[in-house]
Amino acid sequence: MNIIVCVKQVPAKDAPLAMAGNWIRESDISFEMNEPDTFALEEALRLKEKHGGEVVALSLGPERAKQTIKEALAKGADRGIHVADEKSYELDPLASARALAAAIQKEKFDLILTGLQSDDQGFGQTGVLLAGLLGLPHVTIIMQIEAMGDAQDGRLRLKRELEAGWFQWVECPLPALLTIQSGINKVRYATLKGIMAAKKKEIRTVPRESLGVTGEPSQKVERIYVPQKSKKTEFLTGPPKEVAARLVEKLKFEARVI
Amino acid sequence: MKILVITEQRQGKWHQTSWEALAAAQQIAAETGTTVVGVVIGKGVAPLAGELAAAKLQEVLLVEHDLLEPYTPDGFIAALVQVIAAAKPDLVLFPHTYQVRDFAPKLAASLGKGMIADCVACRNEGGKLVFVRQVFQGKAAVDVTFAGSAPWFASLQAGAFRADKLVAHPSGKAPVNAVSLELKPEQIRTKPLELFREAKQAVDLTQAPVIVAIGRGIKAQENIPQAERLAKALDGELAASRPICDEAWLPMERQIGSSGQTVAPKLYLALGISGAIQHVVGMKGSRTVVAINRDQNAPIFEVADYGIVGDIFEIMPALAEELEKAKAG
Repeated sequence: MNIIVCVKQVPAKDAPLAMAGNWIRESDISFEMNEPDTFALEEALRLKEKHGGEVVALSLGPERAKQTIKEALAKGADRGIHVADEKSYELDPLASARALAAAIQKEKFDLILTGLQSDDQGFGQTGVLLAGLLGLPHVTIIMQIEAMGDAQDGRLRLKRELEAGWFQWVECPLPALLTIQSGINKVRYATLKGIMAAKKKEIRTVPRESLGVTGEPSQKVERIYVPQKSKKTEFLTGPPKEVAARLVEKLKFEARVI
Repeated sequence: MKILVITEQRQGKWHQTSWEALAAAQQIAAETGTTVVGVVIGKGVAPLAGELAAAKLQEVLLVEHDLLEPYTPDGFIAALVQVIAAAKPDLVLFPHTYQVRDFAPKLAASLGKGMIADCVACRNEGGKLVFVRQVFQGKAAVDVTFAGSAPWFASLQAGAFRADKLVAHPSGKAPVNAVSLELKPEQIRTKPLELFREAKQAVDLTQAPVIVAIGRGIKAQENIPQAERLAKALDGELAASRPICDEAWLPMERQIGSSGQTVAPKLYLALGISGAIQHVVGMKGSRTVVAINRDQNAPIFEVADYGIVGDIFEIMPALAEELEKAKAG
């Protein structure tokens, strides 16, 4: 089963956000692989272990995004494709998907996996859009993947997560695109052996402009800001015993919930 | 301008956020001098269309076909492309549900358009609509506008607009018009099977007046009893954000958030929960929220009435002691 996994490099979870204009300043912060994508990558690696084939890590981003591709290679992906764009943060999800679709046009694959959304922009659309642009069927929010018969059967059985604790099995023909839900698996660490092997694996770099992707932007981010709070939070400070006593008092006499 | 609202139902039951999207559309229409058309899509949903017609709408479009039940993205996209071609809306609004995430972006893209998803607000700035989205898991917000021509597509976060603000039809009922569709079985590539629940349903968090919820800050399974002690002292139920349930430290039925339960207890105590959007969407209706987190920038404080920036392992035992004292005394 040949699988392409989309991985995005995002600011680290605890990175301080310095807002400037319509995005954040990306200097002086650390980056990491988007957590939802780590589950997609892990699922791809498990499918490869079970069915054979190849896992290709695909990422759209500036030069530093290569680090995230290398992480994927260290964990077991076979090769990487880097769609290079120093200002990828400016792209709306349709533009990102168009670039990714163009970059893999000549690739032969059975499956494309993506995370549900990125923890920075959080559009949650790129996977579904990519499926649309490539004319692929898709299923989203997947908690389990099973091949029907053997992988050559060309169909998958997917457990799709719905709201409020409901689930649904869905059959889907290959090739297809799946967006993977967090918690589907336990993500592996890269081993030292894997890190060393990654150094020899290929990363093909494709500048985004060279792809000749056309299409006007569909939306514009006007500005970024710290959200105005609709609630006024009363912060309680002091040593634990004191703060606990004050909170109980507030809950009893002010909020009247206990 | 015409606003088309795509409502959602499953097996004849409304996804309640449909009413929020309708109310939002009415608000936008009132501000911009436009009309709202409601869409009900599925099979055997004429009664729902009748219900919708009681709202202040220009009309209700009944979009029915055998191939639209059960839901598939291929079926819905093929149908809605036809509905949009006929209705020619300027804005297509959806509630931001799991199902909408599954098909709406592809629907927009098939028409060469983009979608602004999961909006928490919308305002009219001199005739231009500005949508507000959350980024960085709720730590920041962005103002987004559409570029290019209509139709524009947007989805609204659950709880961002209030369903009780829905305006009733002033003089009776809006007309319900059936839309004729052409759909072929070959167009539908995925095959949905039965819906099911896994959780034992031993506890109904939606009925709990007090909820004590734990997040990643609890660090290890063996620390959970400290939170349980608090739940007991408050006569409340223990709940958790997704990562805790993914680890199986607590059963899935105790999950609060978009994938789990949506609750609105009188008291919600969030311990070591950062407040990511997927979690907050499940509890922001709580009457009183207390958040304890060591990170003062954690988005959970956006929705907290009382906040303590501190170490939950120091606060939990101190709080439990005070609550037990209050309970006894």
